[in-house]
Amino acid sequence: MFRRERSIPLRGSAAALCNNLSVLQLPVRNLTHFGVVHGPSAQLLSAAPEGVPLAQRQLQAKEGAGVSPPLITQVHWCVLPFRVLLVLTSHRGIQMYESDGSVMVYWHALDAGDASLVQAVFARGIAASGHFICVGMWSGRVLVFDIPAKGPNIVLSEELAGHQTPVTDIATEPAEGQDCVADVVTADDSGLLCVWRSGPKFKLLTRIPGFGVPCPSVQLWQGTIAAGYGNGQVRLYEASTGTLHVQIDAHARAICALDLAPELLSAAEDTFVHIWKLSRSPEGGYIEVEHRHGECVPDTQVCGARFCDPSGSSFAVTGYDLAEILRFSSILSPGQQRKGRPSWRTCYKQRRIQSPTAHRSSPLPTRSCCQHTVSHW
Amino acid sequence: MSVRTLPLLFLNLGGEMLYILDQRLRAQNIPGDKARKVLNDIISTMFNRKFMEELFKPQELYSKKALRTVYDRLAHASIMRLNQASMDKLYDLMTMAFKYQVLLCPRPKDVLLVTFNHLDAIKGFIQDSPTILHQVDETFQQLTETYGGLSAGEFQLIRQTLLIFFQDLHIRVSIFLKDKVQNSNGRFVLPVSGPLPWGTKVPGLIRTFNHKGEEVRKAEFKHGGSYVAAPKEGSFELYGDRVLKLGTNMYSVNRPVETHMSGASENLAAQTQESIAPNPLAKEELNLLARLIGGMEIKKPSGPEPGFRLNLFTTDEEEEQAALTRPEELSYEVINIQATQDQQTNEELARIMEEFEILDQPRRSASKGDDLLAMMDEL
Repeated sequence: MFRRERSIPLRGSAAALCNNLSVLQLPVRNLTHFGVVHGPSAQLLSAAPEGVPLAQRQLQAKEGAGVSPPLITQVHWCVLPFRVLLVLTSHRGIQMYESDGSVMVYWHALDAGDASLVQAVFARGIAASGHFICVGMWSGRVLVFDIPAKGPNIVLSEELAGHQTPVTDIATEPAEGQDCVADVVTADDSGLLCVWRSGPKFKLLTRIPGFGVPCPSVQLWQGTIAAGYGNGQVRLYEASTGTLHVQIDAHARAICALDLAPELLSAAEDTFVHIWKLSRSPEGGYIEVEHRHGECVPDTQVCGARFCDPSGSSFAVTGYDLAEILRFSSILSPGQQRKGRPSWRTCYKQRRIQSPTAHRSSPLPTRSCCQHTVSHW
Repeated sequence: MSVRTLPLLFLNLGGEMLYILDQRLRAQNIPGDKARKVLNDIISTMFNRKFMEELFKPQELYSKKALRTVYDRLAHASIMRLNQASMDKLYDLMTMAFKYQVLLCPRPKDVLLVTFNHLDAIKGFIQDSPTILHQVDETFQQLTETYGGLSAGEFQLIRQTLLIFFQDLHIRVSIFLKDKVQNSNGRFVLPVSGPLPWGTKVPGLIRTFNHKGEEVRKAEFKHGGSYVAAPKEGSFELYGDRVLKLGTNMYSVNRPVETHMSGASENLAAQTQESIAPNPLAKEELNLLARLIGGMEIKKPSGPEPGFRLNLFTTDEEEEQAALTRPEELSYEVINIQATQDQQTNEELARIMEEFEILDQPRRSASKGDDLLAMMDEL
């Protein structure tokens, strides 16, 4: 069970967007970074474990032509093998910063050339895959940027064509090092999911159709895709085949955020946040889902939710019009606590420390160094 | 954000304005024929074809201040006059009501049903005027053409755009507080019970499938709310049962319209920060406004018909008091634009602004540009 912890105050309220909370865990420095979009600005802040805010910074969307100030659609930390970049997407373009937001290292302006007069032009959906950063667009295209180990020499490497409607979210996980392993999933407004294998040239492996219900949030972990839909459903698919494993009638309104590692967190506009335990059944090998906890955030249209530590024993929530980040942590006794299984995000850091001489063109790190095994469930 | 939001914003806010004006006209015992004339004039100005054409063009949303200018113009489209304090209160009520409706919409697409509810009620106000009725029906048609084919994703973007417009507005409205739909901190109550959106199943079921697609397990969980499936979908036709009650007239003669100005928002700092920062694009917004307002064909009050002043408060003293005590941060004054020295004044806007009947004497200043901006400031 979870209890409410001390909230972290925000300078500006959270905007009614989906996936409106990004969390960067820095266990080595005993810090957690939070990123929330307010509207034309985004707020970054770092906090100590008890939730005491330490430092904060506001970033603005870069101006461009237009009547009103541009709005930010998403802010997200991208953990790459040798650096962490903060990416901001807006209605004008894509801004990339060093992880503390102090220096902008790259600006990509959106080309609205193909858009009809009635289409809104924006970038949305951010994820890191190896040394690439993928960003989704209003057109359905996904831009793939090649990121060097340091410096601003970022290059647009590829433009993926898999979607016809605006991209909503992108999820990635480190590849196994084998062929044909899906490590990138992109989702769009029609509910379509595209499953890719990253590399110098991305390959589309499979498509999972959506039936017109938007998929605002998607996660990928251990070969399982978790997708949240506008009708409140959460669906789990096998990434390599696209087979549906589990369908949960989880929420009464559109889902706005998911997090997955190792448990599944779902948050929706119905004011609820749910935590689900995932496991593989020994007999059939199919995925089993068990509801672990439900939290109602009264009178708050939730717009972002993330786990704050690798074992999933604490999570944070943002809500529309709310000028604070709500925090919850597990009240299980130490003996009952789940054994800390670092998420893949932390694994990246461990690998980086172990192989500092590896350079950008080496193959993606394998998982042999970390504590995960494929059959951990 | 979405470039198709302005018509929905304008029509719904306009609908709320008419509900409030209708209630105040009756509460103030304005003679029936005068009251009807006021509503008829406003409605026919709102649904004027040229104006609607401008409105429906794909464009970004205006700032709150710019939009307020349009309603100022609209409210004065007849013999009725409103003081600044009453106009402020009217705009507060309109915005909070529509914010509530957007937030409570079960599905993003239901905002269209809310709009139709407003239009249905507007048609009720002008039953005796076939010309205006026809204008409203044409607008209905245009709404269906523009929004009828939009996807769920596009409606979600429209909803997000509207919510960003209403962000940080927490004015407490008596009628909402009494009905317990708003908390004393200004936030709306989001119920965890009641009918679900059309197309959403009752939460609580987990279904597991094997690799052949066969269901192998069904389990239930406690989701914490108490929902029921929607009985039926609201009608998007010209006539029909909308099912949704949001957007229908919640005011009646016996329910006064009051707002509380104190404790309006904890986020005042964030709000003021944005309004103080000079907007370099204000001139372009003025140009768009000019086109929009230019489409309004305001009928000059003909004949010896005397005007009258409508008061949104119960007494004149209350109105004066409200004007004096309105928090600075919540004033709707147009930003004092720095471009007074810019000679490229918008000719069209100047012409339109000259038609405004301003209560105070306009300041005499040297250039035409100064006059124009001074007039805007005094709105």
